[in-house]
Amino acid sequence: MNWLLVVAGAMIGAPLRYLTDRAVQARQGTAFPWGTLTVNVAGCLVLGVVTGAVAAGAASPHTQLFLGTGLCGALTTYSTFSYETLRLAEDGAGFSAVANAAGSVAAGLGAAFIGVGVAEALWL
Amino acid sequence: MPRQDPRPAAVDEPTDPDVDLSVPAQRRELTRGQGGILAAVSVGGAIGATARYAASLLWPVAPGGFPWATLAVNAVGCALIGVLMVLVTEVWTAHRLVRPFLGTGVLGGFTTFSTYAVDIERLVSGGYARTGLAYLALTLLAALAAVWCAVRVTRGLTAGTRRLTAGRRR
Repeated sequence: MNWLLVVAGAMIGAPLRYLTDRAVQARQGTAFPWGTLTVNVAGCLVLGVVTGAVAAGAASPHTQLFLGTGLCGALTTYSTFSYETLRLAEDGAGFSAVANAAGSVAAGLGAAFIGVGVAEALWL
Repeated sequence: MPRQDPRPAAVDEPTDPDVDLSVPAQRRELTRGQGGILAAVSVGGAIGATARYAASLLWPVAPGGFPWATLAVNAVGCALIGVLMVLVTEVWTAHRLVRPFLGTGVLGGFTTFSTYAVDIERLVSGGYARTGLAYLALTLLAALAAVWCAVRVTRGLTAGTRRLTAGRRR
């Protein structure tokens, strides 16, 4: 059952990342990976809310597996984030590479704190 | 008199006008394009996430402990995408579903940014700020070093192999 919840969440999260990335990249003409940044920050926010809800007893561990481990885990990515950072550095866009690395971590962490905060305000 | 547009109307249509969606046989043409990629990403993502979940069960983390499993998963995933991207963009002409399945799907589903960020939040809020910051920095360094090394090594190895094959042909 637990495995199926992870699989089901990931089967939604991974294509959602692909579609969001394409939609975001199609709307702006720069090489900066805004698409990956968008899914990563969104996933951190949602996982923050889910984790906060589970900690407050408002959501079940099954919800954590489906939405957290499965959906948010597959929606967000570290591999594409680091590969795109490397590509920016290799293409001579050193400032963008540093900005992507620092910005992604800062924004993702901020979103995680906000998500947990929202869950605690709602259910604690 | 209204200005005449010299372009044929069909040019502005967003979708391929040759595909009639009311005909099931032709509808399959769209599924073959976007649907095939989405299915590959979805199935790949499920495989990657399952492997990540298995790693988290094999290597559980105590509250306040250092999340080694997620760090290892992310570093390994970053090394593998480095290998994959050199192979599919610089060495082979891969089938069009290889990159969506392995790169976007399996490796994207295997690695995670959300668990990374929320684990740092849990550590910092739980009074383990030093562990949280060490985990933050170490993951970032390991991931970037892994992808950089993997790209370098794969380029080196494939260049060596290509020189050998070229030498044998001569």
